[in-house]
Amino acid sequence: MTVAGTPLLATEGLTRHFGALMALNGVSLHVEPRERRALIGPNGAGKTTLFNLITGSLAPSAGRIVFDGHPIAGLPPHVVARRGISRSFQRTNLFPELTVLEHLRLAAASGGRGSYNILGTISRLPRPLVRAREVAEAVDLADRLGEQASHLSYGEQRQLEIGVALATGPKLLLLDEPTAGMSPEETQRMTRMLEGLPREITLLIIEHDMDVVSSLADRVTVLHYGEVLTEGTFDEVKRDPRVYEVYLGSA
Amino acid sequence: MARLVAWLVLFGSAAVFPLFSGNYPVKLLQEILIWGIFAMSLDLLMGYAGMVSFGHSAFFGVGGYVAALALTHSPGTLSALLLPALAAGLAALIIGVFSIRVSGVYFIMLTLAFSQMFYAVTFQAAWLGAEDGIVGVPRAPVLGIDLAQPMRFHLYLLGLVALAALLLRRVVRSPFGHVLRGIHENEGRMQAVGYAVNRYKLLAFVIAGTVAGVAGALYTQLVGSITPDAFLWTTSGEALLMVIIGGTGTLGGSMLGAAAFILLQTLVSSYTERWMLILGLTFILLVLFAPGGIVGALRGRVGLRA
Repeated sequence: MTVAGTPLLATEGLTRHFGALMALNGVSLHVEPRERRALIGPNGAGKTTLFNLITGSLAPSAGRIVFDGHPIAGLPPHVVARRGISRSFQRTNLFPELTVLEHLRLAAASGGRGSYNILGTISRLPRPLVRAREVAEAVDLADRLGEQASHLSYGEQRQLEIGVALATGPKLLLLDEPTAGMSPEETQRMTRMLEGLPREITLLIIEHDMDVVSSLADRVTVLHYGEVLTEGTFDEVKRDPRVYEVYLGSA
Repeated sequence: MARLVAWLVLFGSAAVFPLFSGNYPVKLLQEILIWGIFAMSLDLLMGYAGMVSFGHSAFFGVGGYVAALALTHSPGTLSALLLPALAAGLAALIIGVFSIRVSGVYFIMLTLAFSQMFYAVTFQAAWLGAEDGIVGVPRAPVLGIDLAQPMRFHLYLLGLVALAALLLRRVVRSPFGHVLRGIHENEGRMQAVGYAVNRYKLLAFVIAGTVAGVAGALYTQLVGSITPDAFLWTTSGEALLMVIIGGTGTLGGSMLGAAAFILLQTLVSSYTERWMLILGLTFILLVLFAPGGIVGALRGRVGLRA
């Protein structure tokens, strides 16, 4: 289960309940730097809850989260984002009236003090603009820079969704079902795009499409009823009869 | 370009207006200018940051009262502009720290409550003239310019209005203004990409409050007095209507909205006692048939663009 070195992200006994419902129960997860990890499991397994805890959208009921050597559990989302964790959302979560370039520029400018400048002009703050154009290239939207998000096709909106998360320059990128609702062609395009991301960005990705998981992930963690069922390479996990059971329903 | 020319023509006409007109229309124009600035400062919150405040009168009133007190005791630039602006900004900082924790209806209610507190206090405070307010405030020289002369006062007012308008325009186009638009569109996502959203909202609140304070100070200098009514919720409500009539999120619309509101009010109230009814109906029709306000309608007709 362990690879050499200190993990970039480590959760220990991470637990979250909503009233009597145990959404996440003692999850310990170690993700190495540069790793691409897939998180799979049936609906309600606690995958998105885990993302919400890591990014600070939710506070854990118990357990620790250590990122890059520092505890981050309980920090507000914007602070977690500044530390280098960025996420995309399962349901597209954009700024409908802003253009593609404005999206990426805003995300790229989030770390700097320049955003408190009340009298300057946007062009005087060149670095976020440069970064925005780079990211647009990476997510295949370079020819759509001036388009409003609400005018993009669904597939393009999903690409922008990832672009926004990418533009902050994260060390760890959490992707929540990047191919949700996509056609097979769009899914392929997205998979190629994700494969093309720089290796320096560690990926933790929730995905239901097993083709995407197999081509993208170094290792796979299976969540079930808020607990880690098993973990390993895609082939190891695929051979595990318990995983079959979980996906095909009750035994 | 066409818009720039239109604004320059308007500005120039406003500057020479007193040469061709009697006292009353000039006073009306000056009132429009001051309310226009007040409404613009509210538009920064409503139209750009997406924060609908129903207590913006607090800052107008603080600016007006501080100007009245300061000008009575020691006339000068400091009293006419700087102290009122600072006081209103400080009031916005304090009210903002509490109000910004909540949003939507709760934000509306909290800001309303704070402004009504100011009303209640000034209404009771004997040293502020209680319900009569502070009267007989002199027009002090500002930057060595004697403002007792009407044309000079007019130009002083117009100059400050232009300055405030240009400042706000600059702010909404700055990197900071861009962040405000992001917050307006999707606050949660702004947090997720790393913005300390509440700090930006607070800064917007303070900027808007400061500009509203200047409007209040100018109002005191225009009419020579200030009463607790400045703090009343109707003051906030009228500014809100001006913003909506003009077109939210356009800045310039607020000035046009102020003009439309005040002219309509003056015109209709000279014909009938039931001017509120007529005014109300007009606004209902406007909101129904021109939801983008005056600016929205102009853009649609003339094909002007943002």
